[in-house]
Amino acid sequence: MSMSLVQQLVDGLAALMLLVSFALLAQHRLLSVLHWFAAQGVLLAVTATIVAYGTGNHELYISAVMTFLLKGLLLPWLLWHVIKRLHVHREVEPLVNLTLTMLIALGITLFSFHIIQPIEKISESLTSDSMAIATACVLLGMLMMITRRKAITQVIGFLAVENSLFFAAIGSTNGMPLVVEIGIAFDVLIAALIFGLFFFQIRTTFDSLEVDAMHAALQDREDEA
Amino acid sequence: MSGTSLFLQIAQAVVLVLFAPIAAGVVSTAKARLQNRRGAGVLQPWRNLIKLFGKQVVLAENASWIFRFAPYVVFTATIMAASCVPPLLVHTPLSLTADVIALVALLALARFFLALAGMDIGTAFGGMGASREMTFSALAEPAMLMSVFVLSIGAQSTNLTTMISHTLNTPIVLQPSLAFALVAMLMVAVAENGRIPVDNPTTHLELTMIHEAMILEYSGRHLALMEWAAMIKLTLFATLIIDLFLPWGISIDASLAGVAMGLVAWLLKLIGFLLGLSLVETYLAKLRLFEVPEFLSTAFVIAFLGLLTHYMLEIGT
Repeated sequence: MSMSLVQQLVDGLAALMLLVSFALLAQHRLLSVLHWFAAQGVLLAVTATIVAYGTGNHELYISAVMTFLLKGLLLPWLLWHVIKRLHVHREVEPLVNLTLTMLIALGITLFSFHIIQPIEKISESLTSDSMAIATACVLLGMLMMITRRKAITQVIGFLAVENSLFFAAIGSTNGMPLVVEIGIAFDVLIAALIFGLFFFQIRTTFDSLEVDAMHAALQDREDEA
Repeated sequence: MSGTSLFLQIAQAVVLVLFAPIAAGVVSTAKARLQNRRGAGVLQPWRNLIKLFGKQVVLAENASWIFRFAPYVVFTATIMAASCVPPLLVHTPLSLTADVIALVALLALARFFLALAGMDIGTAFGGMGASREMTFSALAEPAMLMSVFVLSIGAQSTNLTTMISHTLNTPIVLQPSLAFALVAMLMVAVAENGRIPVDNPTTHLELTMIHEAMILEYSGRHLALMEWAAMIKLTLFATLIIDLFLPWGISIDASLAGVAMGLVAWLLKLIGFLLGLSLVETYLAKLRLFEVPEFLSTAFVIAFLGLLTHYMLEIGT
C-alpha cells in the first residue's frame, strides 16, 4: 500500500465521518441514532488502524482496538440497555425541524472549513486535510446537544463530540501517547456509566427525560418552597 | 466523416429512445420475479404503447388546446434531452449543445407542460398531482445541479462531453466527493422518475400518486406519448449517471468497433442499473408524502457535502 493510497483512504474516511455526523442529526428514531453512533465508533477504529499503518506508529493499533471495543460495541450496547430499561419513547424530538437542522449543519460545516483553512496551509502531517472535517464534526455534535429535547440524545451528542475530538487527535498528532488515550477512554467509559445512572435517577425524580419537564418540575418545587 | 458522425449522433439518440420501453420492461419483469410472479415480459411496455397508438383519443369536454398540445411538447422535449446524453459515443457534431444546464432546462420544460396538462381538465386528481410534482421538483432540481457541479468543478465545464472526457483522462483515485455526488444523484433520479420510495409507478388510483395523477385524463396516442416520455426519462437518467460516474467503455472515436464496444458496455451497465433499481423498489416501502421533501433535502445536503469535501480534500492536495 503506497503512501498516496493511505492519504486517499484517510481522506475518504474523513468524508465518511462527516457523513455519519450528518446522519446522526438526520435520524427520526432513537435506535437508529444509536446505530449511527456505533458506526462512528467503528469508523474511528478503522481510521486509527490506517493512520497507524501509514505512520508506522504501533501504539495506534492498540488504541484502534480499544476504540473498536469501547466506542463501537460497549458504549452503544450500554446506551441501548438504558433505552430499553427506561422504555423511552422511540421518536427523537428535535427542537427545530430536521430539514432546518440540516441546513444549519451545512452552514456550520462551511464555517469550520473557512476557519481551518489558514491552519491547514502550515500543517504538514499525513492527515492535515481531515482537521477541518474533525472541527465540523465537533460543532455538529454540539448542534445535536442543543437541538434535542431528550437527555439521552444530548448525551449521544456529547459522545459524538468526544469521537470527533479523538478523530482530530489522530489527524493532527498522528496519535497521542498511549497513556493519555487509555486515560481518556476510561474517562469516557466512566462518564457513560454515570450518565446511565443519572438517567435512572432523573426518571425517578422527574418522571421524564425531557429537559423542559425537569425545568418545569424544578420551578414547581421552588414555588412550593 | 461528418456525415457518419451525424448519422451516429442521430442513431444513438434513436437507440436510447427505442430501448427505453424495454428498459421499463426489464425493471417490471425483474420486480415481478423478485416477488415470485412471472411478469409480463420485457416487451410488454412496447405492446402497451402499440396498443395505445391504435386507440381512439377520448377528450374531456372542457379540454383546451394545452391539453392536446402537451403530449407532443413533453415527448419532444424529452427526446431532445435524450439526444444530449450520449450513450455510445462521446464526440458528436452536436456535443457542444450537450450541456447539463440545458438538459435540466429541457426536462423542466417537459415538466411544466405536464403540470399544465394536469391542471387543464380541472379534476381534483390532476391539480393535486401537478402541485405535488412542482413542490418536489423544486427541491430535486437544485440537488441534481449541485451533484453535477461536483463533477464540473473538476472538469471546469458543464458540458457533458468535456466532463466525460475529463473523467476518462484522469487516473482513477479515491474521490469521496464523487461518492457523495453519486448518492445524491441516485436519490434525485429515483424522485424525478417517480420510482418507489417517492412515487409508485404501477398505481393508477392511489391518493398519494404524483405522475399518474397528472396523466389520468389522457387516452389513446396522447397517453402513449406521455408514457413513452416517462420511460425515456428513466433511461435518460440511468445513462446520465452512467456517463458521469462510470463512463469507462464509452466510445471515443467513431469507429465501428468502438461504437459496438460502447453499445455492449452501455447495455451491460444500464441493465445492471435497472436490476439495482428493481431491487431497491422491492426492498423499500413508499415514503409518506410529507417525508418526500425531507428525502430530497437530504439529497441536496449530500450533494453539498460532496462539493465541500471536493474543496477541502481534493483541490488542496
